Amino acid sequence: MPVKVRIPTPLRKLTNNEEIVEISAGTIGAGILELQSRFPGIKDRLIDESGEVRRFVNVYVNEEDIRFLQNQDTPVKDGDEVSIIPAIAGG
Amino acid sequence: MQATNGFMKALKCRECGREYPLTATHVCEFDFGPLEVVYDYALIKKSLTREAIKRREQNMWRYRELLPVAAEPTVGFQVGYTPLVRADRLAQRLGVRELWIKNDTVNYPTLSFKDRVVSVALSRARELGFTTVACASTGNLANSVAANAAAAGLRAYVFIPADLEQGKIVNSLVYGAQVIAIKGHYDEVNRLCAEIAGKYGWAFVNVNMRPYYAEGSKSMGFEIAEQLGWKLPDHTVIPMASGSLLTKIHKSYQEFIKLGLISSADYKVHGAQATGCNPISAAQKAGLDFFKPVKPNTIAKSLAIGTPADGFYALKVMRETGGAAEDVTDAEIRDGIRLLAETEGIFAETAGGVTTAVAKKLIASGKIPAKDSVVLCITGNGLKTLDAVAGHVGATREIRPSLREFESLLTADDITPVNA
Repeated sequence: MPVKVRIPTPLRKLTNNEEIVEISAGTIGAGILELQSRFPGIKDRLIDESGEVRRFVNVYVNEEDIRFLQNQDTPVKDGDEVSIIPAIAGG
Repeated sequence: MQATNGFMKALKCRECGREYPLTATHVCEFDFGPLEVVYDYALIKKSLTREAIKRREQNMWRYRELLPVAAEPTVGFQVGYTPLVRADRLAQRLGVRELWIKNDTVNYPTLSFKDRVVSVALSRARELGFTTVACASTGNLANSVAANAAAAGLRAYVFIPADLEQGKIVNSLVYGAQVIAIKGHYDEVNRLCAEIAGKYGWAFVNVNMRPYYAEGSKSMGFEIAEQLGWKLPDHTVIPMASGSLLTKIHKSYQEFIKLGLISSADYKVHGAQATGCNPISAAQKAGLDFFKPVKPNTIAKSLAIGTPADGFYALKVMRETGGAAEDVTDAEIRDGIRLLAETEGIFAETAGGVTTAVAKKLIASGKIPAKDSVVLCITGNGLKTLDAVAGHVGATREIRPSLREFESLLTADDITPVNA
């Protein structure tokens, strides 16, 4: 059972409108590279010039923000769910 | 396009500047940066003058050109223009010359500043053809969406953290809204809503409607400037949850200056948070231009956003205006609520306690000098968060309907009858 990645609406043009994509990489960082190899251009949407996850991009592994885990080094394993979500306003 | 979009020109990414059409969309496809409405200020300048504003009804739509609806608004004709109260007794207690309370505890109809943003979001949602509106909320926004949707004949789904104050839950249910309580904190509610927004063709006021919604907060700043006699206070103290209100009040001041409605002035914008959820103030105090998300734990639930979407821009505004940020403990928040109530007769919710207590700290530390003028933005009503202060505001003294018992009670207070 591979890792499922939920693709947010703004990025689905790159994934041929696929909402859920499966990856087999062992970390978030490696997973983003794997996505890039299949959907060219997606890495630039998520990672800024200095190699960090973009300011307004939130990445969650099983509902936990990777900034509370090990950022791009956060390990992922079979059955995990990754969500990529834009930051949104409060109230 | 000009005629159909009113005074709006486009949506524009705050990060990279890419432009988008004026639809229900909130993030840049390229870098996920927030989209913001671009206005035709040259056109606005022709119709928005002090004289024009003064002739209009006393509600938030008197600044209509600077609010993002294409045609005439349809929601919120009683919203805004709340009192700006000169607070001399509180000023004396805090040790500052001139202090004002922008009192949104009495905003119409749901007693918080959220009626401002919702008026804009629902007016715009109707223009774009939506019939169902929704939101992710810490409570006040849910109340406002539920009430304003009911009055406008729109269907409402509101999403809240399950552990919210009872008052805020009842205050959403009563309007017939569908209230979905999520077992998790606000950031988790937000994440779920981000995933479902767009899926059902709903106008999520703080998700896909966010570029319009957020602009509604500017009306609070416009009113402050007008009510002070077309000038700005030296200092404005603003509570921060996502940081949006702070950035929009700063923007409102800038727009009034740009349009020549007020003259350019030095002013400082300060941010207030609870110590139990202080990602923005912690970053500001550490001199950072980015924040680290936190897991909230505070009685100020309306400010309990651990991943503040506008935190980056709030830090920028404070840095640019020379403002400061501060945070206060739950005990200080309760003291702040009591202080405001006992000196000015204004009962604020926990966020108001945060703002008052932070102002006290900033004045005591000299970051707000005693000789200056200050406006505190008090954003919600204390009746909504009774749970937070019950048991901390004294207790009733119960007696039988007996004159003797009453007199012995007064004797204990050292009070004697005047004609004794």
